[in-house]
Amino acid sequence: MTANGWLQFALYCLILLATVRPVGIYLARVLEGERTWLTPLLRPIERLIYKLSGVNADQEMDWRQYAFALLGFSGVSLLVTYGIERLQNLLPFNPQGLAAVGPDLAWSTAASFTTNTNWQSYVPETTMSYLTQMAALATHNFFSAACGIAVAIALIRGIKRTTSGTIGNFWVDMTRTMLYVLVPASLVYALLLVAQGVPQNLSAYTQAHTLEQQTQTIAQGPVASQEAIKMLGTNGGGFFNANSSHPFENPTPFSNLLQMLSIFVIPAGLTFTLGRLTGSPGHGWAVLAAMFVLFAAGFTTVYWAEAQPHPLIHGAAQAGTLTAPGGNMEGKEVRFGVSQSALFATITTDASCGAVNTMHDSLTPLGGMVVLTNIMLGEVVFGGVGAGLYGILIFVVLSVFIAGLMVGRTPEYLGKKIEAYDVKMSMLYVLIFPLIILTLTAISILSPTIGLSSLANQGPHGLTEILYAFTSAVGNNGSAFAGLNANTWWYNVVLGWAMLGGRFLMLIPVLALAGNLAQKKSVPPSPGTFPVNGSIFTILLVGVILILGALTFFPALSLGPILEHLLLKAGQVF
Amino acid sequence: MHSTSTIAPPAVSKAVSASHSVWRTSIRFTLVATLLVGLGYPLVVTGIAAVLFPHKAGGSLIKLSDGTVIGSELLAQSFTSDKYFHPRPSAAGNGYDATASGGSNLAQSSKALVDRIQGSIDKLAAENPGHPVPIDLVTTSASGLDPDITPDAARFQAPRIAKARHLGDAQVAGLIEQNTAGRQFGLLGEPRVNVLALNLELDKLAK
Repeated sequence: MTANGWLQFALYCLILLATVRPVGIYLARVLEGERTWLTPLLRPIERLIYKLSGVNADQEMDWRQYAFALLGFSGVSLLVTYGIERLQNLLPFNPQGLAAVGPDLAWSTAASFTTNTNWQSYVPETTMSYLTQMAALATHNFFSAACGIAVAIALIRGIKRTTSGTIGNFWVDMTRTMLYVLVPASLVYALLLVAQGVPQNLSAYTQAHTLEQQTQTIAQGPVASQEAIKMLGTNGGGFFNANSSHPFENPTPFSNLLQMLSIFVIPAGLTFTLGRLTGSPGHGWAVLAAMFVLFAAGFTTVYWAEAQPHPLIHGAAQAGTLTAPGGNMEGKEVRFGVSQSALFATITTDASCGAVNTMHDSLTPLGGMVVLTNIMLGEVVFGGVGAGLYGILIFVVLSVFIAGLMVGRTPEYLGKKIEAYDVKMSMLYVLIFPLIILTLTAISILSPTIGLSSLANQGPHGLTEILYAFTSAVGNNGSAFAGLNANTWWYNVVLGWAMLGGRFLMLIPVLALAGNLAQKKSVPPSPGTFPVNGSIFTILLVGVILILGALTFFPALSLGPILEHLLLKAGQVF
Repeated sequence: MHSTSTIAPPAVSKAVSASHSVWRTSIRFTLVATLLVGLGYPLVVTGIAAVLFPHKAGGSLIKLSDGTVIGSELLAQSFTSDKYFHPRPSAAGNGYDATASGGSNLAQSSKALVDRIQGSIDKLAAENPGHPVPIDLVTTSASGLDPDITPDAARFQAPRIAKARHLGDAQVAGLIEQNTAGRQFGLLGEPRVNVLALNLELDKLAK
């Protein structure tokens, strides 16, 4: 670990904190339908979208209508993506003449991008045409991000409204999020990335004749436009196989800083939106503080683990110096070194982004365990755009409930009584997650032919590869221990369903909770009300997240990365 | 019985028309939004990028005067000759394949990884005895296309280059110094040397 590494971490945190308030205020204005500085320009386009799609923007929806609209839209857009993939050989923007994508891969990819997961079982450079990348995959980077924000704002409305049957209009929330937030931000961001060296063209691949008289085919494409929304929407699906480690996706340390900031900027801002819209700014900051504690602890551990020398390698300079990062450089890029690889890995798994600038399969056992655990906590440490906020609010409800049990009072949250139905919905959300992950991992491990045959690494690390795949899928993260060959019918089909389960089975209880909260009367706070701001609340929230998230998975982790770490220390390799 | 069945139909048809309208709106909204963010947005970015940053938007290609492309400033290419600085080992395809980017994905506990790294160290140690081998020179990068090596890794290779090209040690060291990029804005990332740029400079020196 170096002083410069810590300095870069501190810089990252400072810039992020500075964005929380302005971003949170802007999001609140957009989602409450208020005027913003972009309104004069964009309002006519917004009206046109409603007109063309037949949306009545004034119609409020109850939670069931909201959920049906979300499911209907997700279903239709999933089918469109599947269709474009299957027909890409007949469609334009395919200069490499790539063949149609096979049915099981097209399914897993369509499910993957619809659910904000962006798990990729394929090498994009030789699989996906430019049209598929732009109109079938990057579209979902916008759609799924906007869906996540829509559900988060619906839940905030549920908390805020009293004796109301409705939680907003899904189409309006989608349209305004995309039009006023995601599209303009991506446009500017994409051009910044091009300025750093990210390509943006529709040309065929370039044939280069190298200095040593060999040929090198250089993949091209509309990379920057996809890269921007891939990060900003916490999607993470790479334009290239190597994702954000590829010099074309992430050419400089500055582009790397931008990418890391753009993962957290909306999830962090939404905590401020929460505080502002519910009239309790202290609560927003307390939630953000809990996220920050878990984030900083994760980074510290990964950075420490990755800076360690490999115990079995001799004769190499493995110590970090001013001119060489040292440590574990397998699967890392020189321009990022150990510190910025560890930071990116922590951020991308805290948020359900899943873009990588380092290969997670080659992380040290403990570094890999922390990034896996970040996902296992439920993608609530900042989390996916919107999904992180509604995820952590579920844990907030449970924290308030547990605090209520301790003092023997009916728990309240921001003036709403938390009753049996609310706790049931929250527990449903919390239980569906490990249930799918652990069941599917167990089934895969039991089968040598369809499960274990895809492994790249043996020993405890093999278990971690499979566990990571299902955790990443259900957590809608999308990063991978990529040695696992997931492009088989078993993994494609099952991971596809796991991603859909991890998204929609968890999202419906959230909307049900929103609907139920919206109906309730507001009760004034009393001396017995547990305050949801301040450090005691933050500590309780962190504790609940760790106990529910980490302890559920501890047995699996002890058989995977913990065992691997101990065996490697003892000199055992596989 | 009769009266309930006369009440039922409107309720059913209302539900049916509500679900019809969800599907209709879903289809229309998907098409409109796909046109906006799936074609409009990337094509606008492509157009602006082509005007503002034509070189970078095209992949930062290095061309000879006759238009032949040598490679990209941003991508590693294979170098095996003693006369050139070598990039980091690559796991992209069969090595430095810019259509199959990726890492080795070998675990730290993989015997294949430990054997590979130790083998490379032993080989390189013979080339420059007495100096520990910089770890980045024996580990595959994440992309397999990492264009950079650390300044330490460049200096480690300097004696080989000096010998193969009959250059003075100071001359090679100076060239490395000139081609070392510090941390961006003095703070971000790590110091690094772009291998292709350095090798192009070496060739210029020969002429």
